[in-house]
Amino acid sequence: MADQAQLLPGTLDLLILRAVALGPRHGYGVLLRIGQISGNALLIEQGALYPGLFRLVRQGLLKASWGTSENNRRAKFYELTAAGRKRLQEETDGWNRLAAAMACALAAQPEEV
Amino acid sequence: MKLPAWFRSVISKFFQRSQIAEEMEEELRSHLQFRADDLERSGLRRAEAERRARIELGGRERIKDECHEAMGANLLDTLLQDVRFGLRMLRKSPSFTVVAVVTLALAIGANAVVFGVMNALILRPLNVPQAENLYGTEYGVDTGFQSYPNYVDLRDRNHSFEDLAAFNFAFVGLDTGKDPSPASGYATSGNYFDVLRIQPYRGRFFHSSDEHGRNSSPYLVLSYAYWHSRFQDDGSVVGRTIQLNKHPFTIIGVAPPEFRGTLLFVSPDFFMPIVNQEQVYGGNPLDARGNFHAVFEAFGHLKPEVTPAEAVADVNAVGAYLDKTYPKEFAQRSSSLSRVGLTSFGGAVRAFVTGLMLLAGLILLAACANLGSLFAARAADRSREVALRLALGSSRTRILRQLLTEAVLISLVGGTAGLLGSIVLLRRMSMWQPFPGAPIHVPISPDAKIYAVALVLALVSGFLFGIVPVRQVLRANPYEVVKAGSGGRVGRRLTVRDALLVVQIAICAVLVTSSLVALRGLERSLHANFGFEPRNAMLVSTNLSMAGYSDDRVLPMQKRMIAAMETIPGVERVGLVNNYPPLVYGAASRANVFKQEAADLRPSNASATPYRYDISPGYFGAASTTLLAGREFDWHDDKSSPTVAVVNREFAAKIFGSVSNAVGRYYKLQDGTRIRVVGVVEDGKYLSLTEDPQPTMFLPSQQTPSSQSYLVVRSSRDPQQLTAAMRSELRELDEGLPVDINTWNTLLDVVLFPSRVATVSLGVLGMMGAMLSITGIFGMAAYSVSKRLRELGIRVALGAQRKEVLQAALGRPFKLLAFGSVAGLLLGILATRVLAFIVYQATPRDPLVLGGVVLAMLSLGLLATWIPAQRALSVDPLIMLREE
Repeated sequence: MADQAQLLPGTLDLLILRAVALGPRHGYGVLLRIGQISGNALLIEQGALYPGLFRLVRQGLLKASWGTSENNRRAKFYELTAAGRKRLQEETDGWNRLAAAMACALAAQPEEV
Repeated sequence: MKLPAWFRSVISKFFQRSQIAEEMEEELRSHLQFRADDLERSGLRRAEAERRARIELGGRERIKDECHEAMGANLLDTLLQDVRFGLRMLRKSPSFTVVAVVTLALAIGANAVVFGVMNALILRPLNVPQAENLYGTEYGVDTGFQSYPNYVDLRDRNHSFEDLAAFNFAFVGLDTGKDPSPASGYATSGNYFDVLRIQPYRGRFFHSSDEHGRNSSPYLVLSYAYWHSRFQDDGSVVGRTIQLNKHPFTIIGVAPPEFRGTLLFVSPDFFMPIVNQEQVYGGNPLDARGNFHAVFEAFGHLKPEVTPAEAVADVNAVGAYLDKTYPKEFAQRSSSLSRVGLTSFGGAVRAFVTGLMLLAGLILLAACANLGSLFAARAADRSREVALRLALGSSRTRILRQLLTEAVLISLVGGTAGLLGSIVLLRRMSMWQPFPGAPIHVPISPDAKIYAVALVLALVSGFLFGIVPVRQVLRANPYEVVKAGSGGRVGRRLTVRDALLVVQIAICAVLVTSSLVALRGLERSLHANFGFEPRNAMLVSTNLSMAGYSDDRVLPMQKRMIAAMETIPGVERVGLVNNYPPLVYGAASRANVFKQEAADLRPSNASATPYRYDISPGYFGAASTTLLAGREFDWHDDKSSPTVAVVNREFAAKIFGSVSNAVGRYYKLQDGTRIRVVGVVEDGKYLSLTEDPQPTMFLPSQQTPSSQSYLVVRSSRDPQQLTAAMRSELRELDEGLPVDINTWNTLLDVVLFPSRVATVSLGVLGMMGAMLSITGIFGMAAYSVSKRLRELGIRVALGAQRKEVLQAALGRPFKLLAFGSVAGLLLGILATRVLAFIVYQATPRDPLVLGGVVLAMLSLGLLATWIPAQRALSVDPLIMLREE
């Protein structure tokens, strides 16, 4: 648990989109999937997840429908919309550029300047 | 189209909300199940797993709130939620809600009524275009009367007004061919309607171009109301010829319904050209520069670039010119501009209505103070609820918004109720004709402004008392409250609530003081010495010109009328007075007088300007005016004998030094007539009840006859029977003569009207103030007793006496009461200066008033603290201590 990273502001939405992109998920499933795909390095506060989901639904990036889970519990499932898919692509590109730039900047040695 | 759609979406949101909330709840529940499943799989028991899952998830309410916000829940949405919750909370405590709503309804209703009156009388006095730019000129004599030639000069010589119109009253007999009856209207200058910029409802108006010198313009315009009541909306009436005082006039048009003349309280039946005034209304020469009865008021629109101050200077310049040119007939006095509609009453009416508005505002403030402390007390009682909501993750702003929403809800409901009540009352008032037979009414029509004011007042007061508990909520520490219960400590220092209560009691004391002052003033004016005895005196108003009597036939007819009255059994004395008797319709004329030795008879040189009454022999007896010295008139004091006068004590003192000095001495009138004083009578009241002793002279009506007069008939017989007898006697003399018979007391009602209105309105406001302070003190005392029950129980257990318990429980409310009352009494004494304009001898330096205020406040305090005191005294220490 000690090696968990602090979530940067604005990254929650991207993580949710990414988690849902791998297949429709209910809220708790999204939570687990994020943990899973980040190698348990990113843990999201349970209470913060739902406002994020609602926000994305409102923006038309996700759509929600009620269904039954594998162990027969009723749950609300989220999946990406076309707009969501597009947004995920853009945000991923943007994030990669930023990450590369940050990595580059932080790795710079005195003699290279 | 858009509005209904908007409403639908609002309403559907209102109802969908619960569905959305349910869905959210279900989603969170399913989340908890999944988490608990996982935890159970890791080895926990199911119950423990579910508990852990709930703890991990955190405050569910907050999550739901945040979800709502994330969903784009706008302001309206949260507002709707607040409103629904507020309504639920208010339903839960109905007595609180009812008290709050009623308090506000009364306070806002009072404000709406007073504002309605103010709106009608001051803000929007006339129903004509650009009324805000319309000014009346008053110069010459105080009351605004001026002569026609002066008006013409002012009209033609000023540079400030676009045009200047003038009007005077005309009381005539109007004969349509059947049943001649008295009618009252205006005699107006030809440009009257053009200056007012109004259009006829039917037919046409007369214009300046219709005036071609004296008696050249026999046209008549009817007011809409008179056309409706006398002619039953008959359109064919335009073009018909009717008789005014036996002179033919042609009806040329009907004025629009919303136009009711240029004087607020007197709406005319008709409008006739002023150039024909003399023909109809004999003895009122139009061309005489010294005849100040010819024009009542002149008014007009200021030119756009002229300020009122410049206009005053301009009018004064014309006045100076007239003074120089006609020194004998004109006296320059500084002029002022007045709002058309109220004329010289304007100042008093404005001061009074503004004062009332101020008082009503104070009432509302008191109500807010009251509700503020109620809300604070309620917030304190709800501190547990607030603390729980805080602990569950609700934000403080959210809770404050909730409290404010409740306050505004109450204020809106109360405001609506108050507004509805006030509109009913205002409608009644506008229908009301305080004096039968006189064309006097209070023109009030509720308009959009009143609704707006009531709404704004409701919202403002809602916020005002809503924010009182804010600090309390912001300070609330959830853990403390939940742990310690709502007991809390009772602070020793002065709190906001105490200050509010003091303010409120002070306001109440102001109101009680001023209503008592008004009441005493009214009582005193009813029992004042008028200089005549209105009881058992009947007044018969006749205008012989209405029946076509020429000037030389007036006097013989008046003598016959007096003689006829004297033959009625039970009649003791009969007299006659020209124009109006004292204190009737606020009408009295003045004249300049000079000492005998004065050579320069310019008005500015006058020794006094006494009231002038022309009376017949027997008048003093009929009026019961005491003769102090000399003799009264007899029938030999006629045109052929020397001019004589009877003066009152004030006149004698002012001109001759003393009563005994006056008899046999001489003085002069403006026109140089030398008059010998033959008698002196007591002082009286002539124009108004509030006036100081005024010099007055009585001249024999035989020497200056007038067709308009009042017979004064003294008799102790029943007025009803007597009226019938008098009417039949007069009909025998002349069938076509319109007569109007009243008791003198009935006509006094007109002069008493302002002080009655003042007394009633102050009394009502005073009662409301008293009610508010009772509930305020009661609330405070009850609250402080209930908070300190345990302490009181301990005191009783330790052997405190009843007195000590009471002191502990109620000492504070009583101290506040005393403090507030004294402050209010002092303020009230200051406030009554305004009252002195209206109410006879309004002075708070009256032991009865001071005692009354103290007594009233004391009994208010006793009344309000009675129940809390009983509760404090009945504390049973055993039960109290066991309970805690």
